[in-house]
Amino acid sequence: MVEQILHSISQFYPEIIIVLTLCAIIIGDLFAKGNSNSAGLIMLDGLILAGIATLFQIGTNEAVFHEVLAVDPFAVFLKILVILAAVFVVLFSMNSSELKEYQSRTGEFYMLLSGMVLGMLLMVGATNLLLMYLVFEITSISSYVLVGFTKKSRRSSESSMKYIIFGAVSSGIMLYGLSLLIGVTGATDIFAVNAALNAGISQPVIFNLSVAMILVGLGFKIAVVPFHFWAPDIYEGATFSIAAILAVASKIAALGLLVRLFTVSFIDIGTMSESGVWQTIFTDDVPWDIVIGIMAALAMIVGNLTALMQDNIKRMLAYSSIAHAGYILMGVVIFSEQGVSSILVYTFIYLFMNLGAFYTAMLFSDSFHTESIEEYKGLGHRAPMEGIAMTIFLVSLTGLPPTGGFIAKLYIFGAAVSAGWIWLVAIAGITTVISLYYYIRVVRNMFLYNPDEGASRAKFNIRSKVMLGVLLVPTLLLGVYFTPLVEFAKQSIVIFGLK
Amino acid sequence: MEFQFLGLGILSWIVFIPILGMIIILLIPDRNRNAIRWTAAAVTSIQVLLAGIIYSVFDQAKTGINNIESFQFVEHHNWITVDAVPWVGKIKIDYFLGLDGLSILMVILTALIAFVGVISSWNIKKMVKGYFALYLLLIAGIMGVFVALDFFLFFIFWEVMLLPMYFLIGIWGGPQREYAAIKFFLYTFIGGILMLLTMLALYFSVAYTDPATGESIHTFNILHMMNPDNFVDGGLLGGLDTTWRYVAWMALFINFAIKIPIFPFHTWLPDAHVQAPTPISVILAGVLLKLGAYGLLRINFPIFPDATLYFGYFMAVLGMISIIYGAFCAMAQDDFKKLIAYSSISHMGIVILGIAALNTQGMVGGVLQMFNHGIITAVLFLSVGVLYDRTHTRGLYDFGGMANQMPKYTGIAMVGMFAAMGLPGLNGFVSELFSFLGAFAAYRWITIISVTGIIITAAYILWTIQRIFLGKTPDRWEDLKDLTLREYISFVPLIILIVLLGIFPSLAIDLINSSLSGLVELVTGGGI
Repeated sequence: MVEQILHSISQFYPEIIIVLTLCAIIIGDLFAKGNSNSAGLIMLDGLILAGIATLFQIGTNEAVFHEVLAVDPFAVFLKILVILAAVFVVLFSMNSSELKEYQSRTGEFYMLLSGMVLGMLLMVGATNLLLMYLVFEITSISSYVLVGFTKKSRRSSESSMKYIIFGAVSSGIMLYGLSLLIGVTGATDIFAVNAALNAGISQPVIFNLSVAMILVGLGFKIAVVPFHFWAPDIYEGATFSIAAILAVASKIAALGLLVRLFTVSFIDIGTMSESGVWQTIFTDDVPWDIVIGIMAALAMIVGNLTALMQDNIKRMLAYSSIAHAGYILMGVVIFSEQGVSSILVYTFIYLFMNLGAFYTAMLFSDSFHTESIEEYKGLGHRAPMEGIAMTIFLVSLTGLPPTGGFIAKLYIFGAAVSAGWIWLVAIAGITTVISLYYYIRVVRNMFLYNPDEGASRAKFNIRSKVMLGVLLVPTLLLGVYFTPLVEFAKQSIVIFGLK
Repeated sequence: MEFQFLGLGILSWIVFIPILGMIIILLIPDRNRNAIRWTAAAVTSIQVLLAGIIYSVFDQAKTGINNIESFQFVEHHNWITVDAVPWVGKIKIDYFLGLDGLSILMVILTALIAFVGVISSWNIKKMVKGYFALYLLLIAGIMGVFVALDFFLFFIFWEVMLLPMYFLIGIWGGPQREYAAIKFFLYTFIGGILMLLTMLALYFSVAYTDPATGESIHTFNILHMMNPDNFVDGGLLGGLDTTWRYVAWMALFINFAIKIPIFPFHTWLPDAHVQAPTPISVILAGVLLKLGAYGLLRINFPIFPDATLYFGYFMAVLGMISIIYGAFCAMAQDDFKKLIAYSSISHMGIVILGIAALNTQGMVGGVLQMFNHGIITAVLFLSVGVLYDRTHTRGLYDFGGMANQMPKYTGIAMVGMFAAMGLPGLNGFVSELFSFLGAFAAYRWITIISVTGIIITAAYILWTIQRIFLGKTPDRWEDLKDLTLREYISFVPLIILIVLLGIFPSLAIDLINSSLSGLVELVTGGGI
């Protein structure tokens, strides 16, 4: 018993480090008032240490603490993404002028951020329905507060309020769904759930109801249609850095949870063959894979079409990230290892390009004091390097070669084509064309208009240029050479309990 | 023979030297405009030189098309390899370049037009550095498409062209430039997505057996896709004459038809041409449109011979409509540039009609027409540019009597116009004749109707000559200067080719004949 706990703890270092970081930030905050960057630096160190500890977990495939938390390649891959995203977001926050006003409270900010990261790290590994709900809430509650962090801004408080109401309702529904599932199967860990379901679904109506309710909660967190309403308002009200972590890390973590829950619980054990394609246990009454396919299609259609009409860059990016969630969901509906690997490739590239887009928008907002795309006119001439960087990120989000975004789309489209989901790929293709229009509208305003008379070039500090470089290199490099990423993703499709 | 320098073959150099030039240009300070221009000129001259070397050592007897042994200047390296896993097999994307009779004329044309374009870009004043950097990136993309033999690589080069073209029209274009630029972008991007989906479907349907290890490998290699034996059992695009093969053919066709452009996918072209600056119009009409027809011949025809035969009539009809419709639209224009834009649609219709005939005559005529049309429209767009630079108008009714004002210019422009009209002795005649002869054997009535397009063409061109060069000069154009040395340099090589290929068409036909016969044989299975 003790031995097993000790062993489990040895696989729990990343999370422990984040908890210690959280404590260190609180204690540090007591002594280092006034030095606004100290909390950020502590968190950065903590994240780097946690990242290193996670790297040591590559190759492990087990579930610790009585199979409550999986440490498998799939979780490790996503943990690395979460930590990477968090590192970037901490750096954004340290460079952000939105947060300057709240210098005395930075400790609080980073403490909450650490809490959120902890939740997300556990979310990608959780294999027990109770733990799933618990970490879901840890992440949510920290993010509710973070969204409303700039409390002098009315917009921020309003969006925090909305987020709490929407969030509380949807996690309530998810909790109800989870409890129904536990009731139907009599088990809380997903392997036992799977075994029970494979033995026969005794109450199909309640089972289908529970799946629907779980989808509501997860759909809310991932922000797919029809549970997306919160995203644009909340992104607009939050600071750029928080909007970025919501759009990237929290979405990736929730997707990880969704993939694990659905593939481990709802597949037919008998078909777990070498082929890597899984049959689901869903009945013909409610074919949930097709339902998720429709959700993906709706997210692509609604996200992209609504983004066309946005003028605020944050709202535009919010709708764009709804659309991207749709593309990623295409990988889920396939229920195959190929689908999982293409999700991993997509999320990895999505991290860099989307964070890049948020970061350049933040730089523009700091220097030119505007979030309106209409007011971006001529800004490309006033900030050429940043303008070009923004162009590359947006082009990558569109999915044009030779950028990483193209490879991401290639893999996910390829997986769907090979699994025969032609109608879904066709919708994805059409909506990609639509997305070109709103992404390129930003580029058009930046470069195709002349700047105002007498407007000077903006100055950016060296730190922001380095940051842009760090985000640009993978975005471009992965477009022409992606073997290592694909190899890594391929090794990371191993989900504990399936292999 | 091996042509290598620093470990890279001649085709890699001709594709990537513009990228090198772009990097150099980005390092030159903004104010040093002449250094930027000369760098671009030097880079494109080297390309012309390399194209010359390729021309001089090219073996005309080798077929290419679907046989790797008879491709020339081949470079084949692993680019991306992901090892075997049970569910998809090995993923393999190659850096695979090669040249055959189908592509050699296009490579020469691209090099030449790129050089001419740089010379005529000399008086661009706005953001010179950005202009030439994007220009060279565009050229690299175009050149890459013409030599890529891996579908993935082909696709990358194809899409790389979009963004530079968007900016070149959008920043340096005329008053309606934003509209024209986004229209161009959206149209071609729709095509690009269709091609992407077809490419993926092909990828999962085709697998070749590695002779060394015996494992089955999915591939993007275009040559492997041409071999019916490589289609895996139960693949989406396997078999012959299946619905999915027709759908795939159609998706690719729409992509290429947008680029050519064939009626009804042509509406982006007049807008793009009118708004684009002169050198970009030259590139657009001179080489970019050829990419579409080239893609049909390189991908649609040999990979889907069954669908190509099935849709032959359909292509011929669209070709006919483009010829007649383009010519009538050209006649109705009072903007010089728009007139030439519509004449391009009409002339590219001849290409489609020629290749749809699926016999060697028509095919040779079509490919030769691609080359000739590239040269001729370049001359015509440059002529518009010369007038526009001096008068800032393109209205056909604003001119008159230019023959007295600018005799040298008139002489050169008239050669271009007569060539476009198909006057015997100039290059346009030969290729149009071959296209129609070939088409007549295959589609009699369609060809007879199409040939009337020639009469309409003669009408609008003679009318244009009359309106611009003949008659009385308006008072405000009393002291227009004749051609400058720089303008001469851009015109002369093109005029020489127009006359030379009019008298010795065999110079070009010999290069392409063997490959196109091979292609016809592949598609028709040895004869209709």
